[in-house]
Amino acid sequence: MKKRKERIDRGIKARSSDIFALCSWKEMLYLSGPRLLPIIGFLLLPPFLGGYWQRVMLSVAVFALLAISWDILAQSGMVSLGQALFFGMGAYSAGVLNHYLGLSPFVTIPAAAILGALICTILLLPVLRLRGIYFSMVTLIIPIMLVRIIEASKIFGGTEGLSGLSSLPSRWVELYVAVIALLCALFGFRRMLASDFGLVLRGLNDSDRSVTNAGINIYRIKIQALLLSSAIGAFAGALMTHVYMFVGMPVFALDYSILPIAAAVVGGPGTLAGATLGACLLVPLSEVLRGIGGLRIVFYGLFLVIFIVALPEGIFHFIQRRYHQFDRWVEVDK
Amino acid sequence: MTVTSLLQVRDLSKAFGGVQALNLVNFDLEQGELLGVIGPNGSGKTTLVNLITGFVKCSRGTVNYKGRDITRWAPHRIVCLGIARTFQMVRPFYQLPAYKNMIIPLYSPRVKKLAGGRYGSRDAVALDLLEEVGFERDSHVAYKVASVLPQGYLKRLELAKAIALKPDLLILDELFSGLSLAEVASIVPIIEKLRQQGKTVIMIEHRLKELFRIADRVIVLNYGIKIADGVPSEVMESDDVKKAYLGTEV
Repeated sequence: MKKRKERIDRGIKARSSDIFALCSWKEMLYLSGPRLLPIIGFLLLPPFLGGYWQRVMLSVAVFALLAISWDILAQSGMVSLGQALFFGMGAYSAGVLNHYLGLSPFVTIPAAAILGALICTILLLPVLRLRGIYFSMVTLIIPIMLVRIIEASKIFGGTEGLSGLSSLPSRWVELYVAVIALLCALFGFRRMLASDFGLVLRGLNDSDRSVTNAGINIYRIKIQALLLSSAIGAFAGALMTHVYMFVGMPVFALDYSILPIAAAVVGGPGTLAGATLGACLLVPLSEVLRGIGGLRIVFYGLFLVIFIVALPEGIFHFIQRRYHQFDRWVEVDK
Repeated sequence: MTVTSLLQVRDLSKAFGGVQALNLVNFDLEQGELLGVIGPNGSGKTTLVNLITGFVKCSRGTVNYKGRDITRWAPHRIVCLGIARTFQMVRPFYQLPAYKNMIIPLYSPRVKKLAGGRYGSRDAVALDLLEEVGFERDSHVAYKVASVLPQGYLKRLELAKAIALKPDLLILDELFSGLSLAEVASIVPIIEKLRQQGKTVIMIEHRLKELFRIADRVIVLNYGIKIADGVPSEVMESDDVKKAYLGTEV
């Protein structure tokens, strides 16, 4: 019997990038498999993990949220170096609402996501006209300025921060709130980026003059993107405030700005799934390398360089391409 | 000033530092007219378009459109009023397929308002518009990302994006530049069809032969000053225009 190679997506007639004609369960699985994998993985994995790795998974979800937040802004032509601003603003908003008003974490977390997003957007409003490195520099500087303001003015506990904040009912709630938020953000915002509004956002990245020339107020669109992006970051910060039961100046640390960018770049920018994949690789890698002590950063940096040099398109784009190129041997009818 | 003029430009001037790019330019444009704007390189043609469309703020003068002073309006508001333009250097959304490029103008408040919220599938409208400007329906060109399209298609895409906005006044900034004779010949009927639909057009061009075939009136700029205004045949007989294009004997 003669055989030949056939692409496994051969039966799927793709009219365009998002319209498919599916004729069998196998074809449906081919398309839905990669989407179901993260859902099943994130929802079913926690019971099989020990307490320490559950914490790592929580960190993965939080950094993935920050990486998604960064990716949305980058897609809109605003490359931020200050995700710590969003994270810290959400963290402080939740801390203040809980400490001074005694609100429950189930109220403070969503409220802080909204409040933090509003404050971040207002802070960045004057610089929305800036592009490229100029916008990036401002986003990098603002969290540093806020740290010094808290230190000098001693507001919200000053250098000691606010401690003794309410915690969520259990570590399972903490973990599943983070995981469900991540899955909602991942799939919700992927859908948004594929919508007509998402096309406008991506258009801003290519040429904001052309978007203006289409009769669209680019500042309004940028504000919407900034609100969405900062709400995700602020949500992550608010959640971590109640996980640690503490909020202080470390929430504006550079780690919360740099690691999400590394995750998005290593995973592959532009898809949000890449940012999530990057966080899933880099955060556990950082934990695994803890065992080697002082050389941890060296090896971590080395891994980053290898990933970026070997797969400049990002791991997600590489896997996606290979997945669509899979082929199998089929018998040729005589 | 005539009451029926669609566009009135009065004393429009722009200086970039010490360079006077446009100096006291005046003209009226009637509904349904096709006005050609010509002049040597650096004469202020694109500056004039940028001032009318709000991409650059003028140093002096006024622009009135349909009786409204739009001199210092933001560009997106001017588009929403019915003035669409193309860019001399094409500005497609390079990472998007050609038909997805069309979605962005179709998403504009003007199109939404004119369609009364019933625009149906934007993809279908986008493909229809691309076909109007010469993207063959049966080919895959409309589905290719803009970054791989040749210049001819990019110019057509630029035109389609402007047409998508259903403008009353269409400003085409050197649409023919970089195109072959055959490509220009295939675009001219599209512009003629737009005129039949009652659109008013301003064309900035260096391809004078093709422009004069379709223009009702031409104005000539030189060093930012309007040196001639009239029907094409008269304008080209003007000594000032000959001097501007050919220079003077040494």
